[in-house]
Amino acid sequence: MRSGSFLLIAASLGFLFLYAPILSLVVYSFNDSRLVTVWGGFTTKWYGEVFKDTALVNAALVSLRVALIAATLATILGTIAGFVLSRFGRFRGRLLFTGMVTAPLVMPEVITGLSLLLLFVGLEQATGWPAGRSATTIVIAHTTFCLAYVAVVVQSRLAGFDRSLEEAAMDLGARPLKVFFSVTLPIIAPALISGWLLAFTLSLDDAVIASFVSGPGSTTLPVEILSRVRRGVSPVINALATLIIVVVAAGFLIASLMMIRAERQRRRDEQKALTGK
Amino acid sequence: MSAGDLTGPGAGAAALDPWVQRLAPTLHRLGVSKGAETRGGISLIGLSLAWLVFAVMLFSNKGVGFGTIIYALFGLGLALWMLRVLTDGRRFVIALPMIWLLLFFLAPFLVVFKVSVAEQLIAQPPYSPLFTWAEGKLQITAHLENYQFLLEDRFYIDAYWTSIKIAAISTFLCLLVAYPMAYAIARSSPAWRNTLLMLVILPFWTSFLLRVYAWIGILSNNGVINNFLMWLGVIDQPIVMMQTNFAVYVGIVYSYLPLMILPLYTTLEKLDGTLLEASADLGAGPIRSFLSITLPLSLPGILAGCLLVFIPAVGEYVIPALLGPSDTLMIGRVLWDEFFTGRAWPIASAVAIAMLLFLVAPIMLFRNAQGQTEEGR
Repeated sequence: MRSGSFLLIAASLGFLFLYAPILSLVVYSFNDSRLVTVWGGFTTKWYGEVFKDTALVNAALVSLRVALIAATLATILGTIAGFVLSRFGRFRGRLLFTGMVTAPLVMPEVITGLSLLLLFVGLEQATGWPAGRSATTIVIAHTTFCLAYVAVVVQSRLAGFDRSLEEAAMDLGARPLKVFFSVTLPIIAPALISGWLLAFTLSLDDAVIASFVSGPGSTTLPVEILSRVRRGVSPVINALATLIIVVVAAGFLIASLMMIRAERQRRRDEQKALTGK
Repeated sequence: MSAGDLTGPGAGAAALDPWVQRLAPTLHRLGVSKGAETRGGISLIGLSLAWLVFAVMLFSNKGVGFGTIIYALFGLGLALWMLRVLTDGRRFVIALPMIWLLLFFLAPFLVVFKVSVAEQLIAQPPYSPLFTWAEGKLQITAHLENYQFLLEDRFYIDAYWTSIKIAAISTFLCLLVAYPMAYAIARSSPAWRNTLLMLVILPFWTSFLLRVYAWIGILSNNGVINNFLMWLGVIDQPIVMMQTNFAVYVGIVYSYLPLMILPLYTTLEKLDGTLLEASADLGAGPIRSFLSITLPLSLPGILAGCLLVFIPAVGEYVIPALLGPSDTLMIGRVLWDEFFTGRAWPIASAVAIAMLLFLVAPIMLFRNAQGQTEEGR
């Protein structure tokens, strides 16, 4: 099996490529030397420095607040959008609708950022709202692009489940709203959770759009990090990066395990319901 | 809450329907109302009216009287449309995300276009208005100098060309790295498959910015690679990798790799193994089988993956700003510098519009590819 071993080697190298840089960040965060790439012994002092740095801590708090609100809004709107895409069939403006849901997935960030900023400036001129750039404008911007991701996640989940359950509920006399809340929503709940988590991390991660739409006093963590890393490598940023990676990886693993378990449970339940045992 | 359930205020809106029905053939010919019931026409007209008015409102830079009329018209259009929407549950559900996206995704492009034909001023905001209200007349002043400037200055054309070239090469390299990985995951045992997929997705969830930043420590003159090679004694002078196009390629391939692997995996996973067995039985070697079966069948995944990487890579800012050279600029960085450093909002807008015009075709292609995988499910 020559092709088999080729695949194995290629895939291993690929995974090495994916993880080596992350590993190097983690290793160098414990490096006791200002010259980040020269090993000067083991230390954990940079982690202390992260929490002493008020600019970083404040930016992190702004980021968390923005991400919580934006992810929640994006999940609500994105779920509706995903539902409309997979259940409503044809309607007037569907082409426009699908276009507006899929385009943000690939739209270069500089364009999204610039266009939203100019919208906010134009709106402020015409109506007085929003007054200046603030956390609110970042929330609106993040909701808009995260919405698209949630919609795609929800849509693929809806496409994968048996529509007969909804039809059965409808036949039993449930109104559409009731069907949605008591049948559809519980089934797609795992997709909502992963959609929310994805939106949350995307919002926490965005530096470019936030640079355009944030104002003084509403600097988010990535904006702060971007302005620092442009000046070069810093051990404090390495420590911060390690903290973020550990938190994200732990959250991701827990969420994935929970989803796999929920999926198994659902399959068992469906099986039971079908066999009538 | 069905479409036929029109009572109360809905009846008022229904009275406008004959007008809509008269318009319907025209709309049909324009392809606007393809396959939908004519009754809903009012929503389309109400929507377009509201949007036309709203667009004008955004374009106008205030003006006594003018603004009031605009607001009134906008309010009327919106009210008519809301009437229709509120009496129909289905339409109401569609309207929620639709309004959000129209307002915060589509409308901004109109504003960008507006600013791109403005003149740069030293003012707040730093551009001239498109509509002015002088001596009882509405005046439209569009400046095309910005576009002319883009076409005449080699700097911008070079930047566009560099971006497209770099994005295309990185997309191709990304495909080369991703294909064997996706194939290996698709062929692995089901127990491994989920774990491997999770390993691919995990880096995508960790900070993009920090993953790009990690490469500075690896590629710089006293970085991991150079230190290691010098320690081995292979080289005695560091190889310059930072601030070169090579670093940008590495950065793009690395950051976008999960986005390429996932669509490839989706198509490869569905691939029917018996086709490969049949081809082997008929005497085809592995390479021939790959070229005539696996590759053609995975084309939708290749297309989706390539677009998912290529389109954002053209306008990429973070990767060229952190890893790239400072002499050959990519267009995303040019836009950023014009906007933030030069405060040249009209030029930055023209750069964005020109980039969008180039990206419209790939974006449409991407939307169709998404639609196809949707139907394929």
